[in-house]
Amino acid sequence: MSAATAVVSIKNLKLALPPGADRRYAVDDVSLDLTPGKILCVVGESGSGKSMCAHALMGLLPDTIGREAGEIVYDGHNLLALDETGWLALRGRHIAMVFQEPMTALNPLMRIGEQIAEMFEAHNLLTPKERTQKALQLLREVGLPDPERSMRAYPHQLSGGQRQRAMIAMALALEPAVLVADEPTTALDVTTQAQILKLIRDLQRSRNMAVMFITHDFGVVADIADRVIVLQHGKVVEQGAADDVLLRPQHSYTRALLAAVPSMQPPQRAPLAGRAKAVEVVGLDKTYVSGGGWFQPERRVRAANEVNFDILKGETLGLVGESGSGKSSVARLVMRLIEPDQGTIRLGDIDFTRIGGKELRKARSRIQMIFQDPFASLNPRRKVGNIIADGPIAHGTDAATAHKRAGELLGLVGLNASALERYPHEFSGGQRQRIGIARALALEPEIIVADEAVSALDVSVQAQVLNLLEDLKKRLGLSMLFITHDLRVAAQICDRIAVMQRGAIVELKPTAALFSAPEHAYTRELLAAVPGQTSSSRAA
Amino acid sequence: MLAFIAQRLAKAIVVLFAIVVLNFMLIRMAPGDPAVVMAGEAGASDQMFVNQLREKFGLDKPLPEQLFIYVKGIATLDLGFSFRQQAPVSQLIVERLPATLLLTLTAFAISLLLGILFGTLAARFAGTWLDTAVTIFSLIFYATPLFWVALMAILLFSVAVDWLPSFGYETVGANYTGLAHVLDVGAHLILPATTIGLFFMATYSRMTRASMLEVQRHDFVKTARAKGLRNAVIQRRHVLRNALLPVVTLAGLQAGTLVGGAVLTETVFAWPGIGRLMYEALLQRDYNLLLGVFVVCSAMVLAFNLITDLIYRSVDPRIEFAS
Amino acid sequence: MMNFWRTMLRNPGGVIGLMILILAVAVAVFGPLLFPTSPWRMVQRPFLPPFTAPGLPLGTDALGRDVLAGIVHGARVSLLVGLVSTMAALAVGIPVGAMAGYFGGRIGDALMRFTEFFQTVPSFALAIVLVAILQPSIVSIVLAIAIVSWPPVARLVRGEVLSLRTREYVQAAVVTGQSHSWIIWREILPNALSPVIVLASLMVATAILLESSLSFLGLGDPNLMSWGYMVGAGRTVIRQAWWITVFPGIAILISVLALNLIGEGLNDALNPRLNKEGR
Repeated sequence: MSAATAVVSIKNLKLALPPGADRRYAVDDVSLDLTPGKILCVVGESGSGKSMCAHALMGLLPDTIGREAGEIVYDGHNLLALDETGWLALRGRHIAMVFQEPMTALNPLMRIGEQIAEMFEAHNLLTPKERTQKALQLLREVGLPDPERSMRAYPHQLSGGQRQRAMIAMALALEPAVLVADEPTTALDVTTQAQILKLIRDLQRSRNMAVMFITHDFGVVADIADRVIVLQHGKVVEQGAADDVLLRPQHSYTRALLAAVPSMQPPQRAPLAGRAKAVEVVGLDKTYVSGGGWFQPERRVRAANEVNFDILKGETLGLVGESGSGKSSVARLVMRLIEPDQGTIRLGDIDFTRIGGKELRKARSRIQMIFQDPFASLNPRRKVGNIIADGPIAHGTDAATAHKRAGELLGLVGLNASALERYPHEFSGGQRQRIGIARALALEPEIIVADEAVSALDVSVQAQVLNLLEDLKKRLGLSMLFITHDLRVAAQICDRIAVMQRGAIVELKPTAALFSAPEHAYTRELLAAVPGQTSSSRAA
Repeated sequence: MLAFIAQRLAKAIVVLFAIVVLNFMLIRMAPGDPAVVMAGEAGASDQMFVNQLREKFGLDKPLPEQLFIYVKGIATLDLGFSFRQQAPVSQLIVERLPATLLLTLTAFAISLLLGILFGTLAARFAGTWLDTAVTIFSLIFYATPLFWVALMAILLFSVAVDWLPSFGYETVGANYTGLAHVLDVGAHLILPATTIGLFFMATYSRMTRASMLEVQRHDFVKTARAKGLRNAVIQRRHVLRNALLPVVTLAGLQAGTLVGGAVLTETVFAWPGIGRLMYEALLQRDYNLLLGVFVVCSAMVLAFNLITDLIYRSVDPRIEFAS
Repeated sequence: MMNFWRTMLRNPGGVIGLMILILAVAVAVFGPLLFPTSPWRMVQRPFLPPFTAPGLPLGTDALGRDVLAGIVHGARVSLLVGLVSTMAALAVGIPVGAMAGYFGGRIGDALMRFTEFFQTVPSFALAIVLVAILQPSIVSIVLAIAIVSWPPVARLVRGEVLSLRTREYVQAAVVTGQSHSWIIWREILPNALSPVIVLASLMVATAILLESSLSFLGLGDPNLMSWGYMVGAGRTVIRQAWWITVFPGIAILISVLALNLIGEGLNDALNPRLNKEGR
């Protein structure tokens, strides 16, 4: 690999963070080459500086970032020395970008067609009529259904995957030499992600583009990368051909990251048959009705459709599905955060759906919840000690005992008891999630409902929290309902898995059986779409 | 679209009905005999008129029946009779309404245009002296009572330098016709319209500035930059269009305040609109007239809200019409 | 808390506003001690221009009353009306908004319809009608201002509560078995307070403007000297004696400006999202 064939070379790039940040350099001495027809994956956890590289390449760095040293060479010029006029000619035409969140990256007030045609307009190309025709052709090329209609659609009228296709069409409009894709599939469901990855791969090959693909997901890397570069705290820790990095990682950080990626092979689990039922859900139904004013048509969304399952004592049941499948609604129905239209939830000997008022508040201690977003699940104005102790106090424990117990619980989840007197914002995402677990355990529940409890965490932290959950479950004899969109995570922790689609459970089986012999078409589709299967099989 | 308008009209009628009921209750809240209250302060009206009112509004009948009579009267656009002005209230209002509409709509146009212009400039040059100047200018006019700005305008432009007329709707006795008449009314319009306009301009410019800076941070602005679009185009097509949505909402909410502004300004400049009529009713304790003007003001605000709602919906495709 | 004051003090507008407000409060509290006689009393010949007679720096009005004494006594009325009516509006608006947002459903709908109705009615016109019918007095003025200014509070609080109610830490409180009142008071309202505080400071400003406008139209408390009344009384003689209208107007302008500046400063200090770019 020589610099002669590279279309873009980043050489010893050093970008300074504004004073007061947690480190001095956002990007420290990074060098990389983008080659025509190849995809370079830039991998790292949040805050590793990977997005900063992408933005530097587009000339879109915020003013607060100092360009300390290094150069970005394209076509014999150093892009860092370019003025705004120079960038205007370059952006879109020579280097184009696809963003993470296609909903916010598109102007909500402009039609898709107009936004694509704007690409040509920005560079004074073609007549307005030709621009429209070209845009239509592009939409067809990226595989949008009914391109004529999509041209006239506003972003909110398309689905997430369709929006991302439109973004890609836009980026490709002027046939750029380089495409920068900043986590383009992170906001998408797994089946959509697989389609978009394939699209990018196909287009990149047919157009011989150089692609810089930013991601945090090693599964995606395995599916798409030709070369890989791993960033940690702004520094390159390892780079090389995809197979070398994935199969023979040299640096300990890369090895740790790869080891933390949950594999698709479910571990052996002890059979649980014959145990008593901790939770029994029968015929759960919930339909959301919106609109329905005087002149508005009603909109109905069936969030739960005849949902039946039970969880044995000491068992973990996984509830897996894509966004909008109703899995979170089921979690909230089981918690009685929302009321079902029909159906029964039985917790051991009590009917959780038929009680109310004081009786319900008392019974709530038997089933507790761990939430998804570690930044939203703790009240920013209450001390950690109060957050954990509030529940037991509400159930009649005296304050001193409750606080003493809170300290012990912090130890149990791997935090120091000194955390009691501090506020949530002083902790990292993983630590906050541990506090959330301590809060759930404070009431000594029999059942834990974990709603995407590790989805917002970096992969290394995710692995730690999963281990903690597994360990606590065993030690305390808990039953768990584990909601996730990630089949790899579910494989690691669940005894049985239920797959949900459009509010209904389409398949419910022991984990190993589900992975080895999926029956329902949707389950198979989901399994096939999980990224990184090629490499994990190679790695195994 | 039509269904939406029908729905909003139905809602407006319900609100208007509630306002009428409120009016009905207000008269009965006042201390003393409602008939006397409606006729004006004691002693100002004769017994015959009071008796006439009592019969007309059925004041000796039970309350629900009274309410029915009152609502029926208003539904047929009968707002009662002003004893002081010796004319039906509805006739007085209809006579004065055009002047108020001219004043408020001119002021509204001035405030919106200048407000958006200044707000855009302040956002574009955020942090510079221009931004500071616009901010200070807006803060001052936002903090100044309208009636005082009106008086200061008179002091400056027609006492210190005799540039603009400060009184009335047209030059009395000049009997201009055609273009001369239009120019004459226009000259009289400048001071009152600018007075109201400046106050609201302050609101809109601050809103536009804040909103533009907010939109500036959205991802789609980054997308536009990644396309290689010039900044001027990005600002106009992507930022401003999105930033104006909250300004439209605000403009709708401001309708009521606009009417209040008209009362004060018309009073100071002797502009013969319904605001001035309200002040006259106030001076003469002519409650019937006062409440009549109040109902009409409320109806105006409802109409204005309906219009801004329609504009908002035509600008923002995310709100879909029931269809 | 330390952080809050540091951000607040770094905002020059906020500091200026705070200083002016402290001065205005001092005038309102101690001023009448310096001018112990009634501001309604004739002290010199009428239409005495400012800076001509010792002891009467701002001159006299059409009835020979001391303009400066009027302004000092008026400060009390303006600030009191501003403060009390805002308190009253908050006392109505916060519970209505919190209940509408928290319980939602039919109760919430009904409460919001009620609020929207009051927001649709032209506020100043309603205030005029209310004060006129109830007869002008400090009580009717405060009542009228409170009635027309609570709806924005209710709407704001409802919006905040609606978004906080679905926040995960509030749901966590529900599943740990906390009662409704505990959740509203401990989990939701403390986190909804910042924007309400900002709004309240702006409402005091608006209330002062409303009071002065009512007094200007002759709807002030006939026993209390107020700035709006003074401007209204000087209006007809503005061509002969500008100072009678100019000085009280400046007093209103400065106090309202100060409160707006404080509101801005509070907004910057309590709204960290706008301070730091992104996260």
